[in-house]
Amino acid sequence: MPVFDLSVTPLRELNSALHGLPAGANDLAFEVVNPRGHHAVAAGIDAPVTVDIKGSVGYYCAGMNDGGNVTVHGSAGPGVAENMMSGSVVIEGDASQYAGATGRGGLLVIKGNAASRCGISMKGIDIVVYGNIGHMSAFMGQSGHLVVLGDAGDALGDSLYEAKLFVRGSVQSLGSDCIEKEMRPEHLAKLSELLEKAGVRGVRPEEFKRYGSARKLYNFNIDNADAY
Amino acid sequence: MCGIVGLFLKDKALEPKLGALLSSMLITMTDRGPDSAGIAIYGNDNGNTAKITVQSADPTKDFDGLEYELRRTLDVPVSVVVKSTHAVITLAKDKLEEGRAALTALRPNIRVMSSGDTVEIYKEVGLPKDVVSRFGVAAMSGTHGIGHTRMATESAVTTLGAHPFSTGSDQCLVHNGSLSNHNNLRRELKREGMTFETENDTEVAAAYLTAEMAKGKDLGAALEGAVDDLDGFFTFVVGTKSGFGVVRDPIACKPAVMAETDQYVAFGSEYRALVNLPGIENARVWEPEPATVYFWDHEKAA
Repeated sequence: MPVFDLSVTPLRELNSALHGLPAGANDLAFEVVNPRGHHAVAAGIDAPVTVDIKGSVGYYCAGMNDGGNVTVHGSAGPGVAENMMSGSVVIEGDASQYAGATGRGGLLVIKGNAASRCGISMKGIDIVVYGNIGHMSAFMGQSGHLVVLGDAGDALGDSLYEAKLFVRGSVQSLGSDCIEKEMRPEHLAKLSELLEKAGVRGVRPEEFKRYGSARKLYNFNIDNADAY
Repeated sequence: MCGIVGLFLKDKALEPKLGALLSSMLITMTDRGPDSAGIAIYGNDNGNTAKITVQSADPTKDFDGLEYELRRTLDVPVSVVVKSTHAVITLAKDKLEEGRAALTALRPNIRVMSSGDTVEIYKEVGLPKDVVSRFGVAAMSGTHGIGHTRMATESAVTTLGAHPFSTGSDQCLVHNGSLSNHNNLRRELKREGMTFETENDTEVAAAYLTAEMAKGKDLGAALEGAVDDLDGFFTFVVGTKSGFGVVRDPIACKPAVMAETDQYVAFGSEYRALVNLPGIENARVWEPEPATVYFWDHEKAA
């Protein structure tokens, strides 16, 4: 297994190796040690690689991930898994601001807490947070699912489109046009599936509330101008 | 951008390493702000003396004979230690104000970086590694300190535009962000008697805290007020003689990471800044909440 020690090897070598894998390559498991808060660790993956990062990373770890399975055995800085297309990213610790922002697909699991703007402008990504999330999470979320086992901060789902939000704990406040919605059987089924995929045990989907868009701000209507 | 670091020591055994630890943290933050750098170090209070840190654009001329002239004017012992473009003037505590007035008269071109019982501030344009090396920061000991690497947005790249800003005795502040109501606030603070040396937004924030503390608030309470009265984006790290505080605006889009162990409380714009601290692997690391004041004080802890 290729091991990259970022205390001695430049980050570019790691990312070049991840990007330069020939078709049909077999050695697809990478280990990264001493990440020491480096930015853009394992960004731009477009192959079914497994990357284990032993420590905490800085900005934009696993950004644009397309098909990789990245695990951070530590915490992640701002913008982790930003614009993920497919694959999975698991953060064993906490994540900073805008985790999973604009993600189009794949699964982001945060085992600690996520800070503000988690899942901002999400477009199909599934995000499961074991702990709490900060303010303005899922702002303008367009599709995909945000599952939060803990509490949500201020203005959850502000200006939400069709992303579905499931929160088990309290919600400090809902953003404009975000409302609590009925949990129908298909939502319970989807939530079960997401919890299972994220490795969550001993938590039932019935413990969550669902939040979504009231769809009043979907199309601009002058009568709703005050709500923006 | 801009990069901020701060380190507040709880363990006295680390005090001789304060300058070295802070220097390393600051240099790591170079790519968040290569325009200028500054550092404030709080040394140990030796009881009777106070310090004025000054900067000169022409140090050879301005610092030559300054010790002799100050002694003669004030008629008390004065020492002047020159470090590159800066000099630290040590004199009796009760002569501090008189000393500042004498300085202004003797050397009108000199700029006062800080004054107080324990603080020394060094700041210049240039890369953090060059700034900390020309002032020998790594060799300094102390109880706590803050530092800043600047990517200039709000005012010119000059020595005075560098952070930390000090507007009161033993007080200083570093800032990542930009304030939108600083002009109005500056006018109000001028009416209250505050003076300003730059057009910089951060100087207004520093002066705001000084004015609030002059009304009797402690640093923690002054920071609470800042959340309501300052408009814009900010992550502030502030120092007082015995205290260390952190606050972010309610939107909190400027980054901040904190770490606490039995030995210290540390602040960095990014986790990278903290990775060389002793015992960081087992520290409690967290991201400060928006509009929430974090505040430590040696005197309160004692």
